[in-house]
Amino acid sequence: MLVKQLSIFLENRSGRLEEITGILERNDINIRALSLADTSDFGILRLIVNDPDKAEKVLKKNLIAVSINNVVAVVVPDKPGGLHSILIPLRDSGINIEYMYAFLAKHKDDAVIIFRFENPESAVEVLQNAGVTLISSDELLKM
Amino acid sequence: MIWNEVEKLPREELRKLQLERLKKLVEWVYNRVPFYRKRLDEAGVKPEDIKSLEDIQRIPFTTKDDLRDNYPFGLFAVDLEDVVRIHASSGTTGKPTVVGYTKQDIELWAEVMARTLAAAGATKKDIVQNAYGYGLFTGGLGLHYGAERLGATVIPMSGGNTQKQVMLMKDFGSTVLASTPSYSLNIYEVAKEQGIDIKELPLRIGVFGAEPWSENMRRDIEEKMGIDAIDIYGLSEIIGPGVSSECVEAKEGLHVFEDHFLVEVINPATGEVLPYNEKGELVFTTLTKQAFPLLRYRTRDITWLNPEPCKCGRTTVRMARVAGRTDDMLIIRGVNVFPSQIEHILLEYEGVSPHYLIVVDRVGALDNMEVQIEVTEDIFSDEIKKLEWLARKIENDIKDLVGVSAKVKLVEPKTIERSVGKAKRVIDKRKL
Repeated sequence: MLVKQLSIFLENRSGRLEEITGILERNDINIRALSLADTSDFGILRLIVNDPDKAEKVLKKNLIAVSINNVVAVVVPDKPGGLHSILIPLRDSGINIEYMYAFLAKHKDDAVIIFRFENPESAVEVLQNAGVTLISSDELLKM
Repeated sequence: MIWNEVEKLPREELRKLQLERLKKLVEWVYNRVPFYRKRLDEAGVKPEDIKSLEDIQRIPFTTKDDLRDNYPFGLFAVDLEDVVRIHASSGTTGKPTVVGYTKQDIELWAEVMARTLAAAGATKKDIVQNAYGYGLFTGGLGLHYGAERLGATVIPMSGGNTQKQVMLMKDFGSTVLASTPSYSLNIYEVAKEQGIDIKELPLRIGVFGAEPWSENMRRDIEEKMGIDAIDIYGLSEIIGPGVSSECVEAKEGLHVFEDHFLVEVINPATGEVLPYNEKGELVFTTLTKQAFPLLRYRTRDITWLNPEPCKCGRTTVRMARVAGRTDDMLIIRGVNVFPSQIEHILLEYEGVSPHYLIVVDRVGALDNMEVQIEVTEDIFSDEIKKLEWLARKIENDIKDLVGVSAKVKLVEPKTIERSVGKAKRVIDKRKL
């Protein structure tokens, strides 16, 4: 139930993000979710794309620092307390969230949130045991 | 291997030989170079006053400015018709420094370079890929003649054209690479991109010089490329490469070819000669050169001398790896900083690339030092805190070990310019 996410190192300079999206466009890679974290000097762009292995290959060819990590796509009820209900089993099991961000499309009527955990495998187990719906890569890309 | 038995001469005999040669040299320049006649007269020294090696201390130093003032041929001790070769060192400020060689000087140069290569472990069976630049720079031709004298097979590649360097290294089976240490890493990276592991190639020795480098960089190169990385030293004013070289047996200090180059270490501020093992500025006197002899030339290189006998059997003194030059030295908020110190710290970190850039600027009245480091695959993490932790940790090390605070800036891979010759490590934007 793990989803591959690309992380890209970006220097803070104008036009850099556009270069990355240009490379993805030319290689026919579609972005399904993204998050940009930044510090005063650099940023990290995190992407979920339709073909992560190809994206990694073409970005590396363009001398861009990129890595692939496993994240978990979690279905969150789109109502007050929705996210809260997901976080409870995680807290109870002592699982730390490194970061999280929302997926662009909706899953039926629910929201999808991407979670990065220190230990994604045990997080998957905890969430599944708590009855939380997770989305596989294949399903995610079809949304 | 020891190329010439003279390298094992007992110290007493060596000193006798040096004194004999020094006397001849002082007479040679006194009679042939008006600049030196004037200098010696002003100091009240006549050639016949040189009775012991210590008497050299009565002779004034020669500096880079003296060379510049006598541009281009003012310090030549022979007629131009007896000069068979001219070289010049890149002058970062103003005119280049011009040096000349007679036929005999070229022979001498080949001899000391053959000694250098032999000390590095090379023999006539080796295939030497010479990636030092050919041309006015002394590196290329100096190494070339030495390798031929040794009887090795020379590939006169010169610097640059890195893809071709990799191709020839693989196809010709080069066993010795001669280049700057930073360029060898450049070659390594390009080979890796092409899926070639230099470790798997026949390459076994690297003869590296022309820029300061650190012990950690040696370890890095040796490990990555599976070779013995040997530090060699020289400067065009003295002869070019071939002034001193490490031996592969010890790799602990560079043996000075003292029968041709008399070496001293001085306090750069006072000019006082320092005892062995004390750090100061390196000073050379060319004992046997004809066309461009120099008395007590201040190299601006900082090192010290070790007189302990070496396990390789040579009796010559060894100079420590040059830690920096008095003119490479940055003074940041009053603290002396050598780029090699920063390099040493960076290479303590697994995965940190040896390509770095130091940018110094002045904001208001305060000097700011920024160290740019490339984010390689090995150190990249998708967690900001890990990258920031690395940057802060290096900053702390610089503060602790160098004594100035610096800002570490992470930059994208391959954005720091790769050198084909001497690496550019410092950009000083201060307008002083």
